Amino acid sequence: MTGWEVLIQQSINGLTRGAVFALIALGYTMVYGIIELINFAHGDVFMLGLFISLAWFTLLGVTGTLTGWQLLTVLPLVFVLTMLTTATLNVAIDRVAYRPLRRSTRLAPLITAIGVSFMLENVALLWKGPAPIAYPDVFPSFDILREWFGVDSAIFLTSKDLLVVAATLPLMVALHYFVTRTRWGKAMRATAQDRETAQAMGINVERTILITFFVGGALAGAAGLIQGMYYNIGQWWMGYQAGLRAFTAAVLGGIGSMSGAALGGLVIGFLSAWSDQYISARWTNAIVFSILIVVLVFRPHGLLGERTADKA
Amino acid sequence: MRVSRIITVAIVLFAFAAAGGNAAAQQCPKGKLRLYTSWPMQGAMLPEGTGMKNGVDLAVSEVNGTVAGYCLEVVNLDDASPQTGKWDGAVEAENANKAIGDPLAIVYIGTYNSGAAKVSIPITNRAHMAQMTPANTYPGLTKKRGAAPGEPEIYRPGGYVNYFRPIPADDIQGAVGAKWAKRMGAKKVYVLNDQELYGKGIADVFEATAKKIGLPVVANEGIDWKQPDQKPVLTKIRASGADLVYLGGVIETGAQVIIRQMKEVGLTAPRTRFMGPDGLLEEELLKGATCDAALATDMRVTFAGLPFEKMRGVGAKTYENYKAKFGKEPTSYALYAAEGTRVIIDAIKRSAPVIEKAKDVTDKREALRKAIAATKNFEGINGKWSFDENGDVDYDTMSGFKAVKADTPIGCKFQFETILE
Repeated sequence: MTGWEVLIQQSINGLTRGAVFALIALGYTMVYGIIELINFAHGDVFMLGLFISLAWFTLLGVTGTLTGWQLLTVLPLVFVLTMLTTATLNVAIDRVAYRPLRRSTRLAPLITAIGVSFMLENVALLWKGPAPIAYPDVFPSFDILREWFGVDSAIFLTSKDLLVVAATLPLMVALHYFVTRTRWGKAMRATAQDRETAQAMGINVERTILITFFVGGALAGAAGLIQGMYYNIGQWWMGYQAGLRAFTAAVLGGIGSMSGAALGGLVIGFLSAWSDQYISARWTNAIVFSILIVVLVFRPHGLLGERTADKA
Repeated sequence: MRVSRIITVAIVLFAFAAAGGNAAAQQCPKGKLRLYTSWPMQGAMLPEGTGMKNGVDLAVSEVNGTVAGYCLEVVNLDDASPQTGKWDGAVEAENANKAIGDPLAIVYIGTYNSGAAKVSIPITNRAHMAQMTPANTYPGLTKKRGAAPGEPEIYRPGGYVNYFRPIPADDIQGAVGAKWAKRMGAKKVYVLNDQELYGKGIADVFEATAKKIGLPVVANEGIDWKQPDQKPVLTKIRASGADLVYLGGVIETGAQVIIRQMKEVGLTAPRTRFMGPDGLLEEELLKGATCDAALATDMRVTFAGLPFEKMRGVGAKTYENYKAKFGKEPTSYALYAAEGTRVIIDAIKRSAPVIEKAKDVTDKREALRKAIAATKNFEGINGKWSFDENGDVDYDTMSGFKAVKADTPIGCKFQFETILE
């Protein structure tokens, strides 16, 4: 492999890794934008998304690799079912754990969120046990450059890489459209800006929050499904790990900013892949977090965060 | 009235019979010596715990429970906490203290978990009591190679060695693995480790041995195993042109991800193969999508000692006797429990005159400890061996396994390939 081939290959790795981070980061940033809560349970909803998607595959009788027509029917169906399940779960979490604390200090729901996170992890532990669970190879895996284009290069671009991008991009575009073009999206933005005023203008704030949790949960479910198909492995504690990285991505991009979360996820994906290659895997976490600190020193609101005055 | 008299007579007769029977079976002119054992005896560990107990019983029954005029009595303790079913430091400490507090106790056999041994070795050490493990393989318990700072001295408050293992420590696997890699024709190795005690220790030894025998090592890199994506590291390995990836790790620390993604980034045989230590020798590892990848990477695993059915001489006989006596296959460490107990019995035989003359129990224990430490050319299940100055065996007989296709639900399995020495 030449230096350029290595760089391209590592960038492909970074892109797929970052796309999943971005998808989870969006859930953090949306909830933070609306109720200023760092939803620690979000990473665990993502983890359950992986487990739940596996359960749906099993229920639909899928145990091996999907073939032609199944990819067009079963796969989208599982996407929808998983997203609906995790969305409902996320709404239920808000209803039970966060909503009763809406008027209390900001610390109270934060602590509750940590509690919910532990509960979800233990649910997963009871459900699947402590060992890593093997996620079947449902998505066909082959090298696109060779199979489709007949190019025999040192670079591997697999069908799974394509899946990650092909699944996350439309979701992000749809989310962008939803937030900027629809009435519900407008209500979300208004609530994020100023909850009291939005309420005074006749916006149903509680319903808006519910929608936010619904959408955030759906994205986490999609991310869980994508991760399962891409990496073929799941474990009960993975939500915490992924959540930490995604949260970092959200902060890097500017917490509260949707495009910031997407950008932050991709930046961290690329940085960590390049760091693995050019420095050492052992230092990757240190490097990613150093860059986060440097960015926050010069841009306290993150890469794309708006410089808004602190809300009273 | 009558009835009760009959019962009384019956009881008296029965008691006589029992006492008489005892006296007939055991001749203990010099009294009793107690062997304490300590390892988990409940929950998921019950089969292995029972296997090791059987191993001890097998060795004791071979001498009819007596050595040089002493009767042997085995006291089995459980070091698991009932709450978790896993070993517990507090329980293990209690067991060790119970053993050293018993004036008839001469030796402590245990533990199963290396972490539990860290707790009990200093306790038995202070009491000059020898401790014999059938299963601990963590190197730091006996030696500096593959150990944390301060080990193993922190386990020897008395300044002498009282802890012995008739089973090779983990670091040997790194050394044997490197030699095997060279024999398989590897030209350039890339070593990965999970940055944990076991994995890093083995990886470091692999690296050192490989360099010594002239097998180039590109790097020995620690990975963030909690990250489910190792493609960047593996891409780097591909760019480096290494033809063997050695992973110091266990199934729980992301081995499956490494193996699967090796296939995905094109690190497959014959160009690049994969090797690991016995922490990866689990059927569980091959489940899901890992089976194909393990076959594609021509996966090899080393294993301490020989598989029971490949043992020769004493080992083969022990294996047959165990099956005949208990009616089932020995568990992984059962035969090592038998071996450890035989070493103890042999040492009691050699030190009996000193034990007899000892003025107190500490002197008795000290005499046995010295005799065990002096074990030389012992006919063991893996061949002849001696204890070195650390209380480790000096043989490095291992076996090599390979992932092969199989007619099982998983689709493949590990198959014995070769004996490594």
